[in-house]
Amino acid sequence: MLQDAENILEVSDLDVTFGGTPVLHRIGFSMRRGERVAIVGQSGSGKSTAIGAILRLLPGSGRITHGSIVLGAGRTRGGVEDLATATEPVMRSIRGQRVGLVPQDPMSNLNPAMKIGPQVADALVASRRDLGAEGKLDRAEVKRRAVALLTEAGIPDAERRYGQYPHEFSGGMRQRVLIAIALAGEPELLIADEPTSALDVTVQRQILNHLQSLVDARGTSLLFITHDLGLAADRTDRIIVMSEGRIVEVGTPRQILLDPQEEYTKQLVAAAPSVAAALDADPLAETPAARSEPILVVRNLVKEFALRGQRGGTVRAVNDVSFQVERGTTTAVVGESGSGKTTVARIILGLESASSGEALIDGASLTTTRGAQRRALRRMVQPVFQDPYGSLDPTYSIERLIDEPLRIFGVGDRESRRERVAELLDQVALPRGVAQRRPNELSGGQRQRVAIARALALEPELLICDEAVSALDVLVQDQILTLLADLQDRLGLTYLFITHDLSVVRQIAHDVVVMRSGDVVESGTVDEVFNRPRADYTKELLGAIPGAAFAA
Amino acid sequence: MAVETLPPKAGGAGLGSGRGRILSSLRHNPLGITGGIMLVAVVLAGLLAPLLAPYSPSEVHFDTPFQRPLTEGFPLGTDDLGRDILSRLLFGIQTSLQVGVLSVLLAVVIGTPLGLLAGYSRGFDAVISRLTDVTLAFPFLIIAVGLAAISGPSLGNAAIALGIAQIPTMIRVVRGETLRIKESDFVLGARTMDASPTWIMLRHVLPNATSAIIVQATVIMPVAVIGEALLSFLGLGIQPPTPSLGIMLSDAQQYIFRAPSAAIFPGIAIALICLAFNLFGDALRDAFDPTNTTRK
Repeated sequence: MLQDAENILEVSDLDVTFGGTPVLHRIGFSMRRGERVAIVGQSGSGKSTAIGAILRLLPGSGRITHGSIVLGAGRTRGGVEDLATATEPVMRSIRGQRVGLVPQDPMSNLNPAMKIGPQVADALVASRRDLGAEGKLDRAEVKRRAVALLTEAGIPDAERRYGQYPHEFSGGMRQRVLIAIALAGEPELLIADEPTSALDVTVQRQILNHLQSLVDARGTSLLFITHDLGLAADRTDRIIVMSEGRIVEVGTPRQILLDPQEEYTKQLVAAAPSVAAALDADPLAETPAARSEPILVVRNLVKEFALRGQRGGTVRAVNDVSFQVERGTTTAVVGESGSGKTTVARIILGLESASSGEALIDGASLTTTRGAQRRALRRMVQPVFQDPYGSLDPTYSIERLIDEPLRIFGVGDRESRRERVAELLDQVALPRGVAQRRPNELSGGQRQRVAIARALALEPELLICDEAVSALDVLVQDQILTLLADLQDRLGLTYLFITHDLSVVRQIAHDVVVMRSGDVVESGTVDEVFNRPRADYTKELLGAIPGAAFAA
Repeated sequence: MAVETLPPKAGGAGLGSGRGRILSSLRHNPLGITGGIMLVAVVLAGLLAPLLAPYSPSEVHFDTPFQRPLTEGFPLGTDDLGRDILSRLLFGIQTSLQVGVLSVLLAVVIGTPLGLLAGYSRGFDAVISRLTDVTLAFPFLIIAVGLAAISGPSLGNAAIALGIAQIPTMIRVVRGETLRIKESDFVLGARTMDASPTWIMLRHVLPNATSAIIVQATVIMPVAVIGEALLSFLGLGIQPPTPSLGIMLSDAQQYIFRAPSAAIFPGIAIALICLAFNLFGDALRDAFDPTNTTRK
């Protein structure tokens, strides 16, 4: 059954269909014991379906229609099994015990009503269910082991934190708990499904380093699912590139990154911002020669939020931030979650008021002006938000979405507005035929184009892009960034780009402002900050960009 | 609809038109069609009662009480006074629907704007929510008794009492939806476009709250029909001999073992009305909900 005894997993000719629609087409790959393999692909490439098939946890109408998934015999327990045909009781003894899963979203994968410790203990007890009476541990022993697991997963003071609830943990800490749960059954194969996509880069690096050391120490095989080619290259021995339910290419990180054979892989490598940034030694083409007067001046901006339940208690989200943005350039504000970068953007947009200091657009501030002057300012600044699913009213047609600002400002009549919408759709390279569709009928990338078209409707000079590409797949992200750069050339737009992703910065920005806990840590041109970072924090951020190892 | 770039047409900019989307969505929903047909049937039965009914609803036939259904001359039989059940049923549907529709309209027309205001502005919220609490503290029977005492028991007063009783829940539903929707990115986006609060409430919050309002309305409708029965039973609603489904039900329970059909038919009618409104309301909600268009 198993072609090579050294293999822990052999998947061959696997077909999966959802309600009759084939989703995976003859997938085949194998993993050796102790090997770390990455499956890389965009959303919809079938990578999550592949794991679903291996764990036999396909959602809804998903069925395995052809092929086999052979799991090698365990070192201590369990024989060779074909997971494609195994019965449910057999699968129950395999999941968590021989194959562990670290799921994607640490925010939703822990039960919010249950303490952390018992959730780990549950996994521990469940994994010993098959051992019968002699495998049963008493409660004190379960707790001792669960604490040990949490400690091992990198949770400091695990004894005390055992009794805390998930909301008392940060995203990174929750991910560590999930790792502890996955390791509770001492599986020989660990599947990590985008374990760090929801986390900041520096946290991501800590978690992955830790996961790697745990896996190495135990000799566990790791199947790592990610959309980030750079991350896969850094962390694994072999990369499987998937697209549209097929395996496109398999190779070592070096082969895939430096010598991709397939057209799709080439595109992916070219688009992957982290790799592109590392490979491409030149930063963005030199900044516009004639530096003009600044369009946006942020001066000594401070924002304090009152703490709930504490009289007079405040937290300083933005602390004395100053920078300026010149007309026709792109400035990126970089920072991790909680760095205050979004608050800065909201103050500039006039959605929040500053506690002190000011954000001036062409010399005036949205938070202090009123009436006609304020309306004129509004027309100069428009936002593009992160989530293209939330930022477009789902009840509106695309045409109404794009012409809403025109209607609010009473620009033109019906006919001229339609002309303008058509023109805007052309500008963002969307077919005019989408005009009567609803946002939910479009893909994420298309929606973000609609959001850009709508932001451009009033012919603003400054676009505030709040994580405008973070929710998108790399290839789509690349397209949107190209579109933004193109629009900047044609319309002379100025961008303030809020992002957590340094590699994106390198692709599009002229100047960078690095923020941390409300402070500006460092600012300067992209070239200065990337090649000669002064602050330690900037160095740390730069070091955490995945794929940097292939810079040479 | 074509995905490809359409050549720009003179004047129209080639953007097409968005009309007919809700209708086409309704057409593709078999349950919705069923509900719609039932609703049309029930409404027609009520409207055309004077034409369809073989007798006047209050015409008594003392020589033929308690006739079984399918008796010659009385397709659904007669009640204790020998009144034709079919005729009473048709007129009863008419009155019950009137009460139901009136009270739902009242709840929606008053509850929705108040809910929007309460959800959108904190100042209004404090006032409106307290008023809601006070209203909830009064059982609707007390309101109905009060109204009947002031202006006499009638169909209109019963509808008003039932409607008022439903306003607080309507306010809460709309307020909750508003609280949720006003935090969304698209409302934030509208604010950066200098949209006024009125614009945001009417053009963003209300359309997105529509499905919740429809669902709540379809919940209120049967409650009102049954509530009317209760009020009429207590003598606070429709006055005999005007038939309503509620009065028929409460009359029939005195002789339910002798002539069960006198209770069964109005019961079935109430169930059908509720079912029709629920099915059609569900379909309407799906049609209005843009995130549902992929399901066909």
